Amino acid sequence: MADLNELYQQVILDHNKKPRNFKPLEHPTVTQVGHNPLCGDQLTLYLELDGDVVKDVGFQGSGCAISKASASMMTTAVKGKTKEEVEVLFDEFHRMVKGELDPETEANHLGRLKIFAGVREFPARVKCASLSWHTVHAAMQGASQPISTE
Amino acid sequence: MQAAYETNEKIKSANETEGPSPAFDVNRIREDFPILKREVHGRPLVYLDNAATSQKPQVVIDAINHYYCADNSNVHRGVHYLSQLATQEYEGARNKIRKFINAADTHEIIYTSGTTGGINLVAASYGRKFIKEGDEIIISAMEHHANIVPWQLLCEQTGAVLRVIPMNDDGELLMDEYEKMLCPRTKFVAVAYVSNALGTINPVRRIIELAHSVDAPVLIDGAQSAPHLKVDVRELDCDFYAFSGHKICGPTGIGVLYGKAELLNVMPPYQGGGDMIATVTFEKTTYNTLPWKLEAGTPNIEGVIGMGVAIDYLEGIGLDRIAAYEHELLEYATEVIGSIKGVKLIGTAREKASVLSFTVDHVHPHDVGTILDGEGIAVRAGHHCAQPVMQRFNVPATARASFAFYNTKEEIDALAGAIHRVIEVFQ
Repeated sequence: MADLNELYQQVILDHNKKPRNFKPLEHPTVTQVGHNPLCGDQLTLYLELDGDVVKDVGFQGSGCAISKASASMMTTAVKGKTKEEVEVLFDEFHRMVKGELDPETEANHLGRLKIFAGVREFPARVKCASLSWHTVHAAMQGASQPISTE
Repeated sequence: MQAAYETNEKIKSANETEGPSPAFDVNRIREDFPILKREVHGRPLVYLDNAATSQKPQVVIDAINHYYCADNSNVHRGVHYLSQLATQEYEGARNKIRKFINAADTHEIIYTSGTTGGINLVAASYGRKFIKEGDEIIISAMEHHANIVPWQLLCEQTGAVLRVIPMNDDGELLMDEYEKMLCPRTKFVAVAYVSNALGTINPVRRIIELAHSVDAPVLIDGAQSAPHLKVDVRELDCDFYAFSGHKICGPTGIGVLYGKAELLNVMPPYQGGGDMIATVTFEKTTYNTLPWKLEAGTPNIEGVIGMGVAIDYLEGIGLDRIAAYEHELLEYATEVIGSIKGVKLIGTAREKASVLSFTVDHVHPHDVGTILDGEGIAVRAGHHCAQPVMQRFNVPATARASFAFYNTKEEIDALAGAIHRVIEVFQ
């Protein structure tokens, strides 16, 4: 099934098997918990901020392949970015997986994150893909309560 | 435990006398279900999510359609012909249900919105009148949230305490722990007959016997037993039995609460409104007799009629034959799926019905479910409204295949093939 192959393509499977930055940080500036109550995906995000810039990032947690791969690619994408740049990415990613932004035809900064565009065909999995982005967004906003995708 | 095996002994002997179900023509039965002809993602639908809801035979769909085309009217309220006709059908279904579970009287059959509605009714009405601070309510570790949360709410409101019967790694209740829990403070017991997450058939006769020895009434959650086992509420001697229409091939939004008359009679009204009253003045209102005392407002008439026809349909096949055939399916599935390398079965009780929960090594149930869906196979992936069960087995979620009497061995083979594909994708 073409759509499924798009969802579970090699890059995503690879990031699921070997998630990048899958570690806690020793001295995080911010720690943020994110939770997807519908299916049990959950992660803890660690951010080390140098002023406005994400100096280092790590995450721990358990969840489906989509949520783990998305978290892995998110951490790679936000390292070295400013708070503002992270917010732009969050907005664009979220709109893309909901089918509101077509990364092929509309201007965006998503780069390799485009491979998650296929999620828009699977509404049940949108929350899996966007969990880590909701979490980093909450962390940036200075939220202290665990966030949920509900 | 002896009594608990009775049902399955009956199933096994039915199998022996009838052979490997040559009398059970599943292909003929499948023709009764229009949805089974459809495709999903270009593949034939393989519907294995029956614990979530069952499919409906044409006769049920037609009955609801006919009701609105020809008979629709509000019940109990009119002198005109249609209202009398609707009332006859509506109340007639009550007697069908009474027979279905062998209750003594139609007054003991309360229509509800479903199992959840029925349990909430008992917790609110019986619970708030009879449960006091320090009383103990016993439930089990394998309950669906519908048989946990209403009791938690009741405990919050009254200061009662919730006790939980633990289970072993096979998903069987530890009956000696239950016995130890029973004491003079035990005022209510609520347990599922069949677990929706694990498929375990609980030894409910023994549970009820023991509860009665300390004068505690028992509510049996029958959501997963009503579709799969012949239930006789008098033989079980349960005090309350709740089940849902949509799981027994009837429509959604309708269910039944059975209660012993002596208990229902002393329970205060649950919801107020029309139909549950006898006389109303602003100074004082008096209430209707059973069952209507506990049924307020215009009911789900189409739901009742649909459920009545569904029961006729099931009785036409025979619950014992259904149970025997489903038992074959479950045994086959347990063998075929359980022997796939990398698959772990969750819920391996000796006595089970319909449900096969499993995990696949290194693959989250959500991903299992999505890939299966791609092949037209519908299973449920998640916590199945039984988060404590997931925690007990240390898994975030499971994939659950649940069988009905219109499933086939070929469908189980398709499930096995798809699971192999899942393992391939995630290698």
